[in-house]
Amino acid sequence: MNSPFVLLGFGPNGWGASLVAGAAMTLAVSAAAYIVGLALGGLAAWARIAGPPPARRAVGLYTTVFRGIPELLVIYLVYFGGSEALTALGHLFGGSGFIGLDGFLAGTLAVGLVAGAYQTEALRGGFLAIPRGEIEAARAVGMNRLLLLRRVIAPRALRFALPGMGNVWQQVLKESALISVTGLSELMRAVNVASDSTRLPFDFGIAGFFLYLVLTSLSGGVFRTAERSLARHERAS
Amino acid sequence: MGEIDFLGATMLQLLGGVPLTVGLTLGSVAAGAVLALLLALLRANSRPGALFVSAYVFVFRGTPLLLQIFFIYYGTGQFAFVRASILWPALREPWCCALLALALNDAAYASEILRGGFAAVPRGAVEAGRAAGMSRLLLLRRIVLPLAIRQALPAYGNELIAMVKSTSLASLITLMEVTGIAYAIISQTYRAIEVFLCAGVIYLALNFALTRAVAALETRLGPA
Repeated sequence: MNSPFVLLGFGPNGWGASLVAGAAMTLAVSAAAYIVGLALGGLAAWARIAGPPPARRAVGLYTTVFRGIPELLVIYLVYFGGSEALTALGHLFGGSGFIGLDGFLAGTLAVGLVAGAYQTEALRGGFLAIPRGEIEAARAVGMNRLLLLRRVIAPRALRFALPGMGNVWQQVLKESALISVTGLSELMRAVNVASDSTRLPFDFGIAGFFLYLVLTSLSGGVFRTAERSLARHERAS
Repeated sequence: MGEIDFLGATMLQLLGGVPLTVGLTLGSVAAGAVLALLLALLRANSRPGALFVSAYVFVFRGTPLLLQIFFIYYGTGQFAFVRASILWPALREPWCCALLALALNDAAYASEILRGGFAAVPRGAVEAGRAAGMSRLLLLRRIVLPLAIRQALPAYGNELIAMVKSTSLASLITLMEVTGIAYAIISQTYRAIEVFLCAGVIYLALNFALTRAVAALETRLGPA
């Protein structure tokens, strides 16, 4: 039997390289999904705060649905539903046969769609936490809408929303494991493949725990640093 | 098959998975709550205990639930001594493994929520209880727990919804709850959108009922 050092190492019999590559893929797909979620959440929060009533209702529906339905189901919807749509589109242009949606793309969209729903609430909460007096003061000194947004609303809302945004990132990072069902070789899938090939699911499970903890705690540190930096002008409480 | 017929048939099939989804949720939430209370008490009462609890919370909140489920279902079976032990009939069952993983995961989140609740109990209330001569247990039962639980309830409601959603991962170790059935129908019919719609309605209904129940409990327990 191979020793753990060989198994988890980078030699010909080691799975270290494939695990590290999986971790990198997890980071990449999570970052992509987070960006999608941030864009969706930003738009939705804006519509919820300043949009007409139908837009507000639509955003309310979006956040309720995607925060209340399992992520796995959303991944199935995007992965299989997307393939369905692509295949239909292919037939329209005279193609035949099945066209599958790429796992990275489907996973990014699905996790991003869910993250956007949570991000909407985090950003809206950040906006609502701005003391009204600050916005009134900015108006009183004659700032126009754009300047108000750039100098007061955006930086202040970001400061209050950042803890919630950090939670969304942690959630995205952990949910990215579900993308393994599409066959994308991210960390969860790398752990499963190594476990199946070696019949050592315990050892590689431990390695998986370790790598995920490295990812979540390092990126958690990034968010904490950002929070401190945005709060640096405030009085210590 | 017509669209309406397909939706109806799908809905009926999916409803067959509701008892398992609800059972997994209730079982894991009940076990998780007991465990969370023990963890919160351990954290509050001893230094090594606090260290252990924070490590526990760090691991279970810092890694994907799917990895935890796979680890318990596949990982524990790697060792001959586990397979020979009296625990094996339970650890071989996907239902028991899913329940165990969900409960352990829930306990990590719930203990943190409860910790926040404990921290919000006013010192004066505890001192008044002590001054009236209450024992530690009576103080916990009459003063600390009711105040802490009321304070923690809104956050705990969110955790309950997260748990309903988390039970869907049990389908990846062969359990046919709502999401498992949905996957089976999608892979037979390739009608992902319709199936998603039906399963989505079921989950939203479950979560809506849960939200209302928690809100009713909040009103009953009075303002925080």
